[in-house]
Amino acid sequence: MVLERYEPLVEDVAAFRAACERPLPSVARVNTIATTVERTRAALDDAGIAHEPVEWHPGLLRLDGTTPGKTWPAFHGWLHGQEEVSALPARVLDPRPGERVFDACAAPGSKTSQLAALMDDRGTLVANDANLGRLSALRFNAERLGITCAAVTNRDARNFSLAPLGFDAFDRALVDAPCSCEGTVRKNPDAREGWSLARVESVAGVQESLLRRAVGATRSGGIVVYATCTFAPEENEAVLDAVLASEDCRLVEFETGLDARPGVTEWEGERFDPSVRQAKRIYPHLNNTGGFFCAKLEVAR
Amino acid sequence: MRGDGASGGADDGGGAEGGRGAGVDRDAGRDNDGQRFDRLPATADERRVEGRATREAVLDWWDERFAIPPERFERFTFWEKGAGKIWIFGDDAPSGVEIEALGLTFLRTRQEHWKPTTDAVQRFGRAASRNVIELDREAARRFAAGEDQAIGWGGDWGYLIAAHGLAGEPEPLGIGLYLHGELRSQIPKGRRRELR
Repeated sequence: MVLERYEPLVEDVAAFRAACERPLPSVARVNTIATTVERTRAALDDAGIAHEPVEWHPGLLRLDGTTPGKTWPAFHGWLHGQEEVSALPARVLDPRPGERVFDACAAPGSKTSQLAALMDDRGTLVANDANLGRLSALRFNAERLGITCAAVTNRDARNFSLAPLGFDAFDRALVDAPCSCEGTVRKNPDAREGWSLARVESVAGVQESLLRRAVGATRSGGIVVYATCTFAPEENEAVLDAVLASEDCRLVEFETGLDARPGVTEWEGERFDPSVRQAKRIYPHLNNTGGFFCAKLEVAR
Repeated sequence: MRGDGASGGADDGGGAEGGRGAGVDRDAGRDNDGQRFDRLPATADERRVEGRATREAVLDWWDERFAIPPERFERFTFWEKGAGKIWIFGDDAPSGVEIEALGLTFLRTRQEHWKPTTDAVQRFGRAASRNVIELDREAARRFAAGEDQAIGWGGDWGYLIAAHGLAGEPEPLGIGLYLHGELRSQIPKGRRRELR
C-alpha cells in the first residue's frame, strides 16, 4: 500500500494507519461575507443541528453528522462545507482587504471563497483554474456565497499573464497545487488507486512550474503559499527546493494552531535546502483531519 | 408594473446569448461583445453602446424598486457581458477584459422589466425595505424548492424580494414574480433545495 512509504516519516505509525482508515468529521465554514458566526450558530441551534467551533479557526464548525448543504444557512450562502485542514492555506496567506491576490488553482472554490472573506470582499482576487469543467463549480460556489471581488479566469497558471488585468504584480498568491492527493484518503478511499511513482514525478514537474510562475507574478515583499494534500516529499519539499534554487524567494516561519511536523530535509537519498523545515506537514492522526502540506514563501528581489 | 403578465424571463441561469447582440452603436462602431466585460457608462450622456444600462439607471432602479439607497453600491463597479447581463465587481478593472467572470451576476436588463439575480438578492437584499414579501417557514420552504404558490400581497406586482425570518431577523431568499395572486419562485434549478 502506498501510504507505507511514508511510515519512516511518521512517529506513531499505528495512529497514522488507524486515522487514515477513519472517515472525516463533517466541517463547514461560516461565510462572513454573508453573515456572522453568531447568527449562523443561532440558525443551526434553531434547526437542532449540533455544532462545535474548531479551536484554531474562527467560524469553522464541526457538525454532528449533518451535511451542511441541506440546511437553511447553506441555502443563504452563510455556510460552506470545507474539510478542516483545507482551511489552513488561506489563513497562512492572510490576504488583506483591497489587495491583489492570485488563486492559481482555484476550483472548486472553497479556498477562494475563504480568501474573499478574509479580504472582506474588497480588492481583486484572481481565481484561476485550467480545467473548464471544474471552473463551473468554482463559479457556482463564488456566486452562491455572494463574492463580488473575484475575477475568474480559465488559463494555464504555469504561464499566467497579468496583462489583461491591468496591473503587473500580485500582493499574494496561493498555489493549492494539483497533487497525488494521498492526504484525502479519509474522504476518498480511492485516492490510493492509480498511484505510481511516475505519476508523482510528472505532477511534481507541474507543481514546480506553477510555484515558479506564482513567485514570478508576485511583487517583492509579497507572500506566496504553497499547499498540497499529499505526503510525497517529491511533490512538497523537493518542489520548494527547486524553486528556492532558481527564484528570488525564501521560506518563512508561520503559526497554524494545529499540531504539525516540520518539512523533511532528506528523502530517499536526496537532500533538500535546510529551510524546507519551515514548511509544515500535517498527518491525519495529529488533529483528526485530512493530510496536508503547507509552506509560506516571501518574495525578495 | 401591475397587471403585466409579460415580465417572464424566468431564466436566472441565463437564457440565449446575444438576443440584442445587434445593439450596435453607430457612432462609436462598437457593439455588445458577449465575451468581454464592458464597464457601464456612468450616465446616458456617456453611453456609447445603444441600449446599454447606465450605472445611474441601475442604482436608481434598486432604489426605486427595493429602496436600497445608491450609497450601498458606492464602492462597486458595474459591467455588462452579453446583452443585458449586468455584473457587480468589488474593485476596478480595465474595460473590455475577456475573462470568465468579473464579480457577481447582478441584474438582467434585456427585458422591459429588469430582473435581479437570486445571488444578488441574497447578497444585497437585506438592505431592502420596499417590495419585500415576508414568508412563513412553510411558504419559505416551498419558495426554496422552486414552487409557485397562491399568497396574498397588497403591494406592487412584478419582481419581489422574498424573505423569511432566520435566527431572529429577516433574510432574503431570492426573487419571486408576483402576478394574479400567485408568487412564482425564480430560484434557479441548481439553487433549489428541499429544506425543512
